[in-house]
Formats: sequence, C-alpha cells, structure tokens
Amino acid sequence: MIRFLVHRTMIAVLVALTVSIIGFALLRLSGDLASALAGDTAKPEQIAQTAHLYGLDRPLYIQYVDWAGKALRGDLGRSLFSNEPVSFLIGQRIGVTVQLSFMSLVFALAIAIPLGVLAATKPNSWLDRLALGLSVFGQAMPNFWFGLILIIVFGVVLRWLPISGSDHFANFILPTITLGTAIMPAIMRLTRTGMLDALDSDYIRMARAKGLSTGAVLFKHALRNAILPVVSLSAVSLGLLLGGSVIVESVFALNGIGFLAFQSILRTDFPVVQSIVVFVSFAYIGLTLLSDVINAYLDPRIRIG
Amino acid sequence: MTSIEHGRAGHPTTRVGTAFEIEAPSPRAIRRQRALTHPGFLFGATVMLLTILVAVFAPLLTTYDPFAQDLTQRLIPPAWTAKGSWAHLLGTDGLGRDYLTRLIYGSRISLIVGFGAAAIAALVGGSLGLIGGYFGGRIDGLVMYFVNVKLAMPGVLVALSLISVFGGSVPVVVGVLGFLFWDRFAVVTRSVTQQIRVNDYVTAAEAVGASRLRIILGEILPNVMNHIIVIASLEMASAILVEAALSFLGLGIRPPTPSWGLMISEGRNFMFFEPYLVAIPGVAIFILVIAINMLGDGIRDITAPEGRN
Repeated sequence: MIRFLVHRTMIAVLVALTVSIIGFALLRLSGDLASALAGDTAKPEQIAQTAHLYGLDRPLYIQYVDWAGKALRGDLGRSLFSNEPVSFLIGQRIGVTVQLSFMSLVFALAIAIPLGVLAATKPNSWLDRLALGLSVFGQAMPNFWFGLILIIVFGVVLRWLPISGSDHFANFILPTITLGTAIMPAIMRLTRTGMLDALDSDYIRMARAKGLSTGAVLFKHALRNAILPVVSLSAVSLGLLLGGSVIVESVFALNGIGFLAFQSILRTDFPVVQSIVVFVSFAYIGLTLLSDVINAYLDPRIRIG
Repeated sequence: MTSIEHGRAGHPTTRVGTAFEIEAPSPRAIRRQRALTHPGFLFGATVMLLTILVAVFAPLLTTYDPFAQDLTQRLIPPAWTAKGSWAHLLGTDGLGRDYLTRLIYGSRISLIVGFGAAAIAALVGGSLGLIGGYFGGRIDGLVMYFVNVKLAMPGVLVALSLISVFGGSVPVVVGVLGFLFWDRFAVVTRSVTQQIRVNDYVTAAEAVGASRLRIILGEILPNVMNHIIVIASLEMASAILVEAALSFLGLGIRPPTPSWGLMISEGRNFMFFEPYLVAIPGVAIFILVIAINMLGDGIRDITAPEGRN
C-alpha cells in the first residue's frame, strides 16, 4: 500500500510540474508581455524598461522558477486588466464553480446510478432502451445549445426560473441540468456495464440462492462491486466539470472561474488565464490521486498489482 | 455420390469428406450481413452520407449566396409559420441571409473540422499508443506520462486560449482540436497493441528478422485499425460539438463564415423573439452528432469478433 501510494504520488507531482511548465509557456506564447504591460502607446525604451522592471529580460527558466516559487506561496501575479491579485479574483469566484460542479455531479449520479442499475437488471427491456436513449441524447446534445433551449423554455416561455446571475440557488438549477446532462451518459453506461458483469457472477447467484431479497442483492452485493469504476469516473468528471464549466458559465453568466477565464481570454489577460489553467489542472490531479487512493483502499487487487 | 451445393459465387466453400460442401461465409460477408441488419449503423451511415453529399454539392442545392446580406429581408421566419415565405424555406437571419443556405454551407465546416481533428488526433494518439504498447518498459511509461499530462489540462480552456492567440481560422481550429482529442486513441491503441504483441505471428515476424517499423506497421497496425476507426468516429462527434461551442463563444470560426455554432451565437441576440434562429442549427448539430455516434457504435458491433447487440 505504501509503495503504491509513493509511486502514485510521485507521478502526480511530476505531472503537476509539467502542467505548470506548459501553463507558464502558454503565457509566453501569447505574445510580448512587456509591451502588453507597457500599453499600446509605449515607446521601445519604455517597453524595455517595463521588461526590466518585471524581470522579463531574464532567461526563461529563471522566470519560471521565480513564478513557480511565488505561485507556491499563493502569489499568482496580478490581472493585466484590473490590476487585482489573481489569487483574489479566483478566490472570489471559485465557490460558484465548485457549487455548480458538485450540484451537476449529484444531479448526474442521482439519475445515472438508479437508471443504470435498473437497465442492467432488465437488459433489452423498454427501461434499458429508455436509458440508452437518454445517454445517446445527452452525448449528442450541444451543451451550450441545450442551455439556451432551457433558458427559452423555463426562463422566457414558462418564466419559472431566472436565466442569469449567480446569487441565488435558483440561478444554479438550469446550469446544473445542462452540465449534469452532459456527464450523465458516461456514468450511466459504466454503472450498467458494471452491474451486468456483477449480476453474472457466482457470488450474486449465491446471494440469490440463499434467498436474499432482490433489493439486497442489487444494492448491497452487486452495486458495491459495480460502483468502484464509477467512483473513479466521478472524480474525473468533477475535475472536468471544474475546467469544463467555461461554456455553461458563459451561457448563464454565472460568475465562476470558467466565466472569469473566458472574459480574461477575450481581454488577453493572460496571467489570469494561466493561473486558472494551472489551478484547474492541479485540482484534477489532486482529485484523481484521491480517487486512486480510495480505490486502492477499497480494492486490494489494485494496491497489490 | 452427390454433392450438395450451397455455395454462391465468391464464397469460399469447405470440403468435408467427399460428400458435402458446407458453406463458410467469409468475414466480409458476415460483416455485410451484420451491417444490413444493424439499424443504428444504417441510420448513422445514411445521415453521414447525406451530409457529405450536401456539403460537397452545396452550390447546386441553393440559389442563394451564404454571405449575401439583404437588410430588407431580415428575420423572416421559416416557411411553415404564418409570416414565412417559401422563398426562404428556413427563413433569414438578422442580416437577411438565407438560413437554409447558411445551414447547407455550415455542414462543410462541421465535416472539415470533424474529419480533420479526428485524423490528426488518430495520427498523434495512435502513433504514441503503438510505440508505447509495442516497446513497453520506460518508453511505455513515457507515453502514459504524456497521456496523464494531457488529461490533467483543462482542454476547452487551453483550446480557447490557443485559438485566441493564433486566430480563429479553420486550419487553426482543426489543429487545436486535433491535439485536444488524441488521448483516447493513445490509451486504446496501447492496450490493444499489448495484447497483439504477444501473438505468434508477431513472434514469427521478429524471428525472421523483420524490422520493428515493419512489424508495427505491417503486423500490428492492421489489427488495431478497427479500434482506431471506432474511436475516430466518436472523437469526430466530440470535435464537431467543441467546434460549435468555441464558435458560439466567439473564439472559434470567425464570422461571416457559416459555422453552425456561430449561427447559434448570432441567433442568440434574437432568441427571445425568433427562437428558430437558435433552434435550427442546434438541431442540425444534434442530428449529425447522433448519426456519427451511431455509426461508430455500429462499426464497433459489426467488426467485433463475436458480434454484439
């Protein structure tokens, strides 16, 4: 177990290091930072002066070490647009994105797991077909378009729900449905396949033979084994949601880090974009590491193999 | 001694003893049979074929120019509504451009982006997967490390930033999306290659001194190709969805090029009064993506060794 943990953590650290280098390169790729900082009307001497002031005339690797060192201490630099600290901007909005991600994941799980279990108990029944149809629908639906249709139907025609903003719980309902519908199909399919495999096994036949109720067989015995990959997928989905809410947050004008990233890209405010990319990557790396540890804890085959 | 002849032309027959000839359908015949009885595959293939034909023969299908604005003809609703006109079957947009024409030309962008991005992703991911799976050891570790790094990066965000840096032309969008979708190719190609590598025919090729390149391309690749095609179709669908999303956000294909995502974005300004402007291109994306997904699932079912339901 210790060996597995050490090995897995080492890989995570290595990946995190690489991601931070790529994130840093992204900022440099975006053009001449010094002339952006100095402003449109700056003369060459002024640009050179700005570059010297910010240390942009030093070799790239020294700049990276400097940036990474500061980032580790929580100093992510300042926004080129508002001159506020990036860590403050992210801190202000991360709550919205985290809330949206969790609500979407819960929404997706609440539909996907019962549906996947029921579909697996009756393969090729109308229920199975309904589940398959829903997953085909969720996979092919353009996310942002589904959001717009929800806005038209529930916000404009029926006037049930607000269509933008992030102050109230009601603001999160439509974005949650939009994002949840996008990640639901994969979870549903995985639950269904896992259940089909589990239901075909000897220990389930045994559980049935000793006269356990269908509910106990399904949820206590089969689902427990089928759920392992779903745990991993949920962690991965949460990581994807944190970074993938850019589109949905923009459609609903939810003030999370996705919307911040989108606005910052439009303003070429690259210190903010870079920080969000690295921040989201780190969250993803942390979540997958956590899910690997949970899985290794639950399943001895993983930590030994 | 009579021999019973069931074999049709082109089908290999197996002689059992001297009395009977039993027909053994060729793998190709089995696949054809499965394809013709697979509703999902038939639906997907038909829609895909129609879309390709529409994209290729776009100028012949419409008399309008997709770029021609006519401000006297703005926001005409589709023909089946009360205020519609049969001159513009799907109405016109906010600049008076014929909506059907823009939809027809927009299919070109979706198909180019879908095929292009899937091809680049297949090339990058497939090569990495073949190399990692065949050589194993440290090289395999390196490949998996690349995959881990790729998975950790928020793809859409990185794509948005790169496109904002390099500009939203079709080649840039294709290239960026290609590098967004290679990971699944790498993972699947790698694991299939690991299974194939231990087969006798690979060992035999190694024994007679075939070069590694020849073994990878000649012995392994043909066996991995089915998997690559299936993933390519699924990733092509994803690429079309992401292109639409990027164009919708204003950081994909630039106006006035007719892209379905861009059409939704432009229609958004009028969506409370003229919801058809948003609905029509969205339905087009939805149908094309469903068709490609069904085609991919169909190909997987048809080429799977035992066949699946």
